[in-house]
Amino acid sequence: MSVAPLRLVSRRTVELTIDGQSVRAPEGATILQAAQSVGIATPTLCYLETLTPVNACRVCVVEVEGSRVLVPACARKVEPNMVVHTNSARVRHSRRMVLELLASSVDLSYAPAEVQGYLAEYGAQPERYGQPAAAPDRDHAHAGHHTPVADGYAATVAQPVKVDNDLYVRDYARCILCYKCVEACGVDAQNTFAIAVAGRGFEARISTEFNHILPDSACVYCGNCIGVCPTGALMFKSEHDMRAAGAWDESRQTRTDTICPYCGVGCTLQLHVQDNRIVKVTSPQDNDVTSGHLCVKGRFGWQFVQNRGDGRGGGVAAP
Amino acid sequence: MVILWGSNARETHPIFFLHVLKALRNGARLYVIDPRRTSSAQWADRWLGLDVGSDIALANAIGREIIAAGLANEEFISRATTDFEAYKACVEPYTLEYAERETGVPAEAIRELAHAYARADRAQLCWTLGITEHHNAVDNVLALINLSLLTGHVGRYGSGLNPLRGQNNVQGGGDMGAIPNKLPGGNDVEDDAARRPFEEAWGVKIPPKRGMHLSQMFHAMETGDLNALYVIGENPAQSEADMEKALRLLSGLECLVVQDMFLTKTAELATVVLPATAAWCESEGTVTSSERRVQRCRKALDPPEGARDDIEILCELARLLGRNWGEPTAEQVWDELRSLSDWHRGMSYPRLEALHGLHWPCPSEDHPGSPLLHDRLWQDPVGGRPAPFSVVEHDPPVDKLTDEFPIRLTTGRRLESFNTGVQTGGFRSPLHRSESLDIHPSDGARWNVADGEVVRIVSRRGAIEAPVRYDPTLRPGLTFMTFHFQDEIATNILTIDATDPKSGTAEFKAAAIRVEKLPGPADIAAGGLGD
Repeated sequence: MSVAPLRLVSRRTVELTIDGQSVRAPEGATILQAAQSVGIATPTLCYLETLTPVNACRVCVVEVEGSRVLVPACARKVEPNMVVHTNSARVRHSRRMVLELLASSVDLSYAPAEVQGYLAEYGAQPERYGQPAAAPDRDHAHAGHHTPVADGYAATVAQPVKVDNDLYVRDYARCILCYKCVEACGVDAQNTFAIAVAGRGFEARISTEFNHILPDSACVYCGNCIGVCPTGALMFKSEHDMRAAGAWDESRQTRTDTICPYCGVGCTLQLHVQDNRIVKVTSPQDNDVTSGHLCVKGRFGWQFVQNRGDGRGGGVAAP
Repeated sequence: MVILWGSNARETHPIFFLHVLKALRNGARLYVIDPRRTSSAQWADRWLGLDVGSDIALANAIGREIIAAGLANEEFISRATTDFEAYKACVEPYTLEYAERETGVPAEAIRELAHAYARADRAQLCWTLGITEHHNAVDNVLALINLSLLTGHVGRYGSGLNPLRGQNNVQGGGDMGAIPNKLPGGNDVEDDAARRPFEEAWGVKIPPKRGMHLSQMFHAMETGDLNALYVIGENPAQSEADMEKALRLLSGLECLVVQDMFLTKTAELATVVLPATAAWCESEGTVTSSERRVQRCRKALDPPEGARDDIEILCELARLLGRNWGEPTAEQVWDELRSLSDWHRGMSYPRLEALHGLHWPCPSEDHPGSPLLHDRLWQDPVGGRPAPFSVVEHDPPVDKLTDEFPIRLTTGRRLESFNTGVQTGGFRSPLHRSESLDIHPSDGARWNVADGEVVRIVSRRGAIEAPVRYDPTLRPGLTFMTFHFQDEIATNILTIDATDPKSGTAEFKAAAIRVEKLPGPADIAAGGLGD
């Protein structure tokens, strides 16, 4: 957990052109990083600095001269003399279609304003694919047995929200299959491997082993999947319940960084507080202790401060 | 290479363990030394399942093997250490065969660990309460320090000794002088020169004698030398070993003041209860983590009515006792500390804020902090006093296994719970399950108790009832309980208050018990229930 570098390595740099600008980037950097270094914004959905790129969403694609296909900026490494176009007609067309396909099949209403902004910027018109169709029972769909929807309707991933424990809910009607949760649960952070992608093609979905409910799965409730979810598909139950009751109001919320009250590792907790109650807990991704990741106690174990009306927070919780 | 010795970091320090996992993905090797095949051990290249309390036998055998194989870092030893010859003579009898007999770990596994540790480019030796909750806790730690001195795995980037602190500010509490022999900043209370600046700043004479640690206080309650106790944020009525004795002593006090955010079991015994705020989210301040990193705690919530900030309570108390300490803010208190502690002098609130914390020592405002502590041992010439080897001998647990009490009980934590459960009892985790006596399935067959059967567990201190849970990660003869659910099942009735003479820590990790079957319904019907 130390911050001191092992030794300072002088890295070679690579020169390339992005949108007509000459850019010098460290060898091994991605096109996305090189573009960001000169202030060129590229939209991303499945990318997160703390996770390995999986190239799932394709919204960050850019055009590289000499390349037959568009390449994902988040994963493709810079090469000497590369000529990159991040905003060509071909790129814009591709991004628009990706966003339309996502927005026509997935409920993006809880996605951050940034994502809504992408839809506007690229002129996405998801409604041209038709009315959102009610989905069949996706949890039991088989690979290769896609059922087409009726004319005038767009296929969706709609399904009921999964509420099977008191800590967090899974609302896969909002899932864009960015894989971030799978990565955070797996080798990139938690290494618990409670979830993976089941099914193929449009039938692909995030699932526990054999689609068991969370309490019967390998889940340890670190909530690191919630921490990386970009669309609100994974959500604190406290937030879910408040939204359902119409009580969730981010404009009345404060965010305060403090240190976890449990073990001696010193994880930074960001407390989201509404009406003097903690409503959820996150950790900053740029924190070198946590990289945004927490354990079950840090993320969910704060209830005791709000249980003092009964004189004592201790004892065994109800099941 | 990472060694976890007496630590189940996967569950007790989960975010630290994510860093360990990253190291493993980068090719580091992990050795876990623990009586239980814990969830940390399941990630290890090698798990050394030693008998409870045989750590020094194992450490000394590792040391002997490193010396015998010619793998000791002789240059480091001669430059940066003292007393090597005495250490070498001490570990000479600790052969691999002897250690296999005493620890239960195969000689070949001990040899492999010794060679891997000595040959590693960089090695971290980390430990937790498996080392320190013993009657010879300090000796256990010294035995591990010896290994780092023998190999030079200390004070270099990537190599070091890493005691993983169990609470968010147990390091900071000690650093602030909340231990019997120290003033803030590690200044020895019995050192006249170290005491003087504090006396000048505070305008008082500080008693030049160390105070009592927790175990000595309980002893003093027993002898009648201590009859008033002021407890801040601790629940000794449930956390002390040999709980029935602790309860009797606390109840016998003339005056017990408890300052806490909950009406804990200890507070229920108190003469006066002072309701306090939750320090981590209802007040401002700092905490110091395991890596000596001082970080800011901030107020996010207004406390419930009547609860007051610890600083406010203490200053009010001082005023009532005739001393005017004013109404300082947390930052003003911190700045006073900075004026007296070289470790913290450079850590202003704005710097702590901007840098997300600083590691002590940080003696001036232009000092970057010290993520690495013992690098002086690698300076040429060595900065300060060389590090001494210590002569420590194997000394098994106080609570002996006999025919009457033939089973070893060890205690620990689970992922989703914390200590006596005062905090973690409040959230509805699907991982919560109530207390059990975890035993190896083969012991279940041997003792004729089924999985889930409620049994009577008897130690030399007392007896409790708890359900049995079969756990194949334990070794036969070893049982495990937590102390998270003291209200329902008071594990600490069983534990022994044999304490380390230097640290005062009780041997929570090693009790001797026996397991008795409860009378079945048939026995009860037949009047088989005795007293």
